[in-house]
Amino acid sequence: MWLYAARRVLLAAPIALGVTIICFGLIYLAPGDPLESLLPPEATQADIAYLKKVYGFDKPIPVQYLKWVTRASVGDFGKSIQTNRPVLGEVTLALSHTLVIAVGAMLIAFPLALALGTLAAFHLGRPPDRIATIASVVGVSVPNYWLGIVLIIVFAVELGILPSSGMGPDGSAGFDLTQWSQLRYAVLPVLTTALVPLGIIMRSTRAAVAEILSQDFMLTLRAKGLARATIVQHALRNALPQVLPVMGLQFGYLVGGSILTETIFTWPGTGFLLSKAILTRDIPMLQGALLILALLFVIINLAVDLLQTALDPRVKRG
Amino acid sequence: MAQAMFSFAQSHEIDTPPPVAPRRGYWRTVQRRLRGDYVTLFFLSIILLLVLAAILAPLIAPFDPDKTSMLYRLKPIGYRHFLLGTDELGRDMLSRLIYGGRMSLMMGLVPVVLATCIGGFFGVVAGFLGGWVNMLIMRVTDIFYAFPSVLLAVAISGTMGGGVANGLLALTLVFIPSLCRVTEAATTQIRSRDFVDAARVSGASSLSIIFYHMLRNIMGPVLIYASSLISVSILLASGLSFLGLGVEPPTADWGLMLSTLRQSIYVQPLVCALPGAAIFIASLSFNLVSDGLRQAMDIKA
Repeated sequence: MWLYAARRVLLAAPIALGVTIICFGLIYLAPGDPLESLLPPEATQADIAYLKKVYGFDKPIPVQYLKWVTRASVGDFGKSIQTNRPVLGEVTLALSHTLVIAVGAMLIAFPLALALGTLAAFHLGRPPDRIATIASVVGVSVPNYWLGIVLIIVFAVELGILPSSGMGPDGSAGFDLTQWSQLRYAVLPVLTTALVPLGIIMRSTRAAVAEILSQDFMLTLRAKGLARATIVQHALRNALPQVLPVMGLQFGYLVGGSILTETIFTWPGTGFLLSKAILTRDIPMLQGALLILALLFVIINLAVDLLQTALDPRVKRG
Repeated sequence: MAQAMFSFAQSHEIDTPPPVAPRRGYWRTVQRRLRGDYVTLFFLSIILLLVLAAILAPLIAPFDPDKTSMLYRLKPIGYRHFLLGTDELGRDMLSRLIYGGRMSLMMGLVPVVLATCIGGFFGVVAGFLGGWVNMLIMRVTDIFYAFPSVLLAVAISGTMGGGVANGLLALTLVFIPSLCRVTEAATTQIRSRDFVDAARVSGASSLSIIFYHMLRNIMGPVLIYASSLISVSILLASGLSFLGLGVEPPTADWGLMLSTLRQSIYVQPLVCALPGAAIFIASLSFNLVSDGLRQAMDIKA
């Protein structure tokens, strides 16, 4: 187990390196000079040269990359061109806002998906299963940016009981989860984000539990006359290692891929930060935020993988 | 005896389809299963309707989708001759939805087709050659797997400056790694089967093994997987347009329409929700048909 863990961590290192190359190289996909679009047309050659020097764009690309990576490895991602504040600080602040939504969505979606998926598997082909299956396919197919708008229309426009956007009157600084006057701003974003993982996890739970139920040892448990609750417990315990990676992936998406929902609700999280950085061509911010999010995604997946091995000793890993 | 075996090997065409290729009965079974699956058939007909409407848009759209009217801005569903109301510039919603399907469906289908070809190619190469080639290709796909797909799509198309072409490119790049992985897994699995060894010892070249013996065996799982991505691609493409990174105004596109109508939800909430409903119906239909096909073809995973 420990050997396997060490090996997995070592294998993640080249991936992390590749990720840094992509995050850095991405801006060079765009035609033209990365700084060009930032400068006003009346900028003189001297202005351009000066700015290039300040942001290090005057060096050859490999040198820029090496400098960027070495600084990034100690947490220095440079300063945002737009706000002139350190990238790391901006990203961690935004990340804390995104986590409010991500964790909230996780707390709603994961237990509900496990329960409904198990319920469906125990009633394969019968109404509970049909309903759960329809619900999950709807959850996977619905564009969550549209769902967000529909929820805003229903709860903010028509009923007027929940706010439509933002993080509350005090902004992010005064955001306090224990206060309903603040927490209510998170309700619609959380509901919107929860639906997709709900559908996907329900689907894989149903498949995993149904597979366990078809095995002989479940028949034995039933024949022994065990209580239904105990049987469910056994089925879930055995299905969990299969569902876990799906959950991990979904949590990763919640943290890293929330651009659309955050845009709709103007929730100042990482996705919002990123789309702002793209629109304003804020290169250090774009590179830094992208790298932090991708590395986080790698770490979450790694952690889930290790957890899965710990949970399921039958999985022999070389 | 040796003479007899030799002539036997020669008399046998090496490049005839192997016995393991789908039996004649297979597709008939699939067809029979599909015929009884009314859900799949229903949603398949919806897809056909959407595609037909997109192709025949100039013939069936009641109005010019780009014709604005200051008088008829944001009219409700069923207002006079505007069956589905009008948008913020007074353009007929029904016509725009019909025309918008062209862009949205194209943005959903093209990246998946391109990614299937490119990712499939690399997957077959990696799976068939194995060794360091496999190692190289699969490690590169691992790196792309380190990004959530929405993040990667937005980052690529955003840094390249948006637009339809960049959006298509971004989505294709997003789908290539997963298709490569699925194809590689299928190829590796088929490669170790006895009939491939049999073909090799009877002297078949690598190319004919790939084309005659392996492609038709990996085609099923790969195409089913690709079909399940169409719905994702439609959602992502409309999402890009929604963020202003895909289709540019005034072109009709469901994602873009949803984004511009967002400002008007207080005036005409129902009309504003229509483009999203169109995206939802399209993505739901593709999802259900893909599921139905997977079941009919009896492909797991």
